[in-house]
Amino acid sequence: MQPLDLVPIWTAILALGVFFYVALDGFDLGVGMLYNFAPDRNARNLVMNSVAPIWDGNETWLILGSVGLLAAFPVAFAIIIPAVYFPILLMLLSLIFRGVSFEFRYRDAVHRTSWDHGFAIGSALAAFAQGLILGAFIQGFNVQGRQFVGSSFDCFTPFSVFTGIALMFGYAFLGAGWLVIKTEGALQDWARALGRRCLIATVLAIGIVSLWTPYMNAQIAARWFSWPNIAYLAPVPLITLGLVWYAWRSFNDRSEYGPFFAALGLFVMSYIGVAISMWPMIVPGHFTIREAAASPSTQAFLLIGTLFLLPVILVYTAWSYWVFRGKVRADIGYH
Amino acid sequence: MQLDPEFLSRLQFAWVVGWHILLPAFTVGLASYIAFLEGAYALTKRQVFLNLSQFWLRIFAISFGMGVVTGIVMPFQFGTNWSRFSDAAGNVISPLLAYEGLTAFFLEATFLGVLLFGRKLVPPPIHFLAAVLVAVGTLSSTFWILATNSWMQTPVGYEVIDGRYFPKDWFEIIFSPSFPYRLAHTVSAFYVTTAFVVLGVGAYTVRRGQSLAEGRMMLRLALWFLMIFVPLQILLGDAHGLNTLEYQPAKLAAIEGLWDGGKGVPASIIGWPDQSAERNLDEIEIPKLGSLYLTHSWDGAVKGLKDFPPDQRPPVAIVYFAFRIMVGVGLLMLGMVALGLFLLARRELDRTQWYLRLCEFTICLGFIAVIAGWTTTEVGRQPWTIYGLMRTADSVSPSLTGDNVLLSLLLYVAVYLVIFPVGVSVMLRIVRSGPAASDEGPPIQSGHPKSPIAALAGTTPEGAR
Repeated sequence: MQPLDLVPIWTAILALGVFFYVALDGFDLGVGMLYNFAPDRNARNLVMNSVAPIWDGNETWLILGSVGLLAAFPVAFAIIIPAVYFPILLMLLSLIFRGVSFEFRYRDAVHRTSWDHGFAIGSALAAFAQGLILGAFIQGFNVQGRQFVGSSFDCFTPFSVFTGIALMFGYAFLGAGWLVIKTEGALQDWARALGRRCLIATVLAIGIVSLWTPYMNAQIAARWFSWPNIAYLAPVPLITLGLVWYAWRSFNDRSEYGPFFAALGLFVMSYIGVAISMWPMIVPGHFTIREAAASPSTQAFLLIGTLFLLPVILVYTAWSYWVFRGKVRADIGYH
Repeated sequence: MQLDPEFLSRLQFAWVVGWHILLPAFTVGLASYIAFLEGAYALTKRQVFLNLSQFWLRIFAISFGMGVVTGIVMPFQFGTNWSRFSDAAGNVISPLLAYEGLTAFFLEATFLGVLLFGRKLVPPPIHFLAAVLVAVGTLSSTFWILATNSWMQTPVGYEVIDGRYFPKDWFEIIFSPSFPYRLAHTVSAFYVTTAFVVLGVGAYTVRRGQSLAEGRMMLRLALWFLMIFVPLQILLGDAHGLNTLEYQPAKLAAIEGLWDGGKGVPASIIGWPDQSAERNLDEIEIPKLGSLYLTHSWDGAVKGLKDFPPDQRPPVAIVYFAFRIMVGVGLLMLGMVALGLFLLARRELDRTQWYLRLCEFTICLGFIAVIAGWTTTEVGRQPWTIYGLMRTADSVSPSLTGDNVLLSLLLYVAVYLVIFPVGVSVMLRIVRSGPAASDEGPPIQSGHPKSPIAALAGTTPEGAR
């Protein structure tokens, strides 16, 4: 009997896990960046409180993403992670500063302002580092056999720096959408105003990356622009444009949930776009998902638990969002 | 001089995991303690338990937050610095790490949010359940990460294909020979560490004369707990040592500082192991005692370091001293607990200023023992990442230069040297303000706390239980 092929299932689970990370920590990193521009102390408290109960759950998806990559595609983990040695370092140190700021900001009255900056700058640099990793991934790595053999600085290119900046705006856009949901009155107007600017920057960035990528890589260009692919894939840019229009409208027409879900939709479309460009490679140019897949026994053993645990996690995560739903109030401290 | 990426990567790993382990060493025990306090409050409705729970929750939030962010660093180290190990062993260890995330991290992170911010948003039984689930999460995390570590120490249940390790029997992999001993010894160590912190903070609170009820409760709970767990921990340590003798004889020989194996070996009390001369300088030893406690027979045979080629021996002096520090701390703990119980029995505990002051100093004992024990077992595993199979030298990422790792190491050092002192000072400030000052700022409230919870309590199975 042919054993059941688990590679597509694991690809889907990993893709879902990474997307959950991008969407969830994306908005709270975005909130962290916008925090810097909040008009006053009261506004800053509200902005921080809007993510305080959920940020570490969101960040947990990053662990799942990294360990999931190791579990599903070990050789891809062994090649990609050392190739982006310094962006990973930057991301980790930034996440440390940002994470402890939640606690230190309130407890450590003397250094209050420096932890305020730590929160905002940490969020921004973490977002930048993640965008840089994405750019480096799209560009590909110098691989021999099963190892990355380039230099630790190869990943810094104009393209990857650009994708780093692009992701900062994307996350800030998501964060603004979240703040529209969680705040009201003048602060919500402030979030809408910033959100509109981030939307414009994000759309420009998506456009530039969408042109730059096929320009860099003939194979990707062929995939998108050859006939009949161009017809099949046309919905991707078209839906994206529709979402941009919807996002702009909902920032302006007092819609509370519209901006956030429009932003989420744009992330979904960009994510699908990258996936179409890369498919079926997990290490561009060297390993397909099938070649990089873990042993069947590894996949099966982990799948049994994952199929049970992941839905449970999603249920209680959704429940915790439900508990903390609604507007954050102005008159309260951290905890 | 050429910088060595392997050595620097080892230093970096030791640095990031050394600081990180201090946090679970504290939070694993503290989560269980808080769940106990919440349960005691639910049953007795005594204010003292609620005050204590709120007080420790504030400290828990800080140490847990630091644990999360320094913990995220760890799985990435496998990729950034130890990519050849990840490629070789990924098929075996990755599900264990993934199960840690799936069964522990999400549980802890999500329900900690409810525990910290939700006291007024969810009904009391759900709030208590959140406390229990956070505690369960910390223990589950300990289970899986130690299963991973134990497999690297005593690998079984695998097969080798083209120099890479593939799973054959998952039960054997998870329950490798050293795992039950390591798990019991570590969880007990974490509980003891927390209890010594509670003892010290309780002593400080009593000595200052504020929140006397809370202080006395902390002192007593900690002492009763330690009365059982310190002796138990020493027994568990002995069992773990005998397990090491069986499965990692070179590590055990380094722990004992035993160069020449044979029958009726001596016990080295203290000395200076000289790796190149293959002997201990200025040594005090007791003849035959080593065989007695290792094999429970005066003439039992024990392997010495010289029974292994020089390139398969760990750095002896580090292992030898780390072990002695751990054992020394264990004996100190035993003394502290005996003294405390003696004073308690004579009803002098709360008035004996010198003992209370001493308790404040012994807050650090558990942490020292954890670091020393961890050093013993990890340095003792050298020169292997997977004991007897894969060398540390063959595990490091090939693309890294010494300069790369030096730069990252320096940055980790700089960042940890900022956040750890600040974290400790923030926690000390909470301790100084005391349990009575439990902050009443109602936690983060969102819109309409009532309706959903009422609906929820009836509908979800979690709520019903």
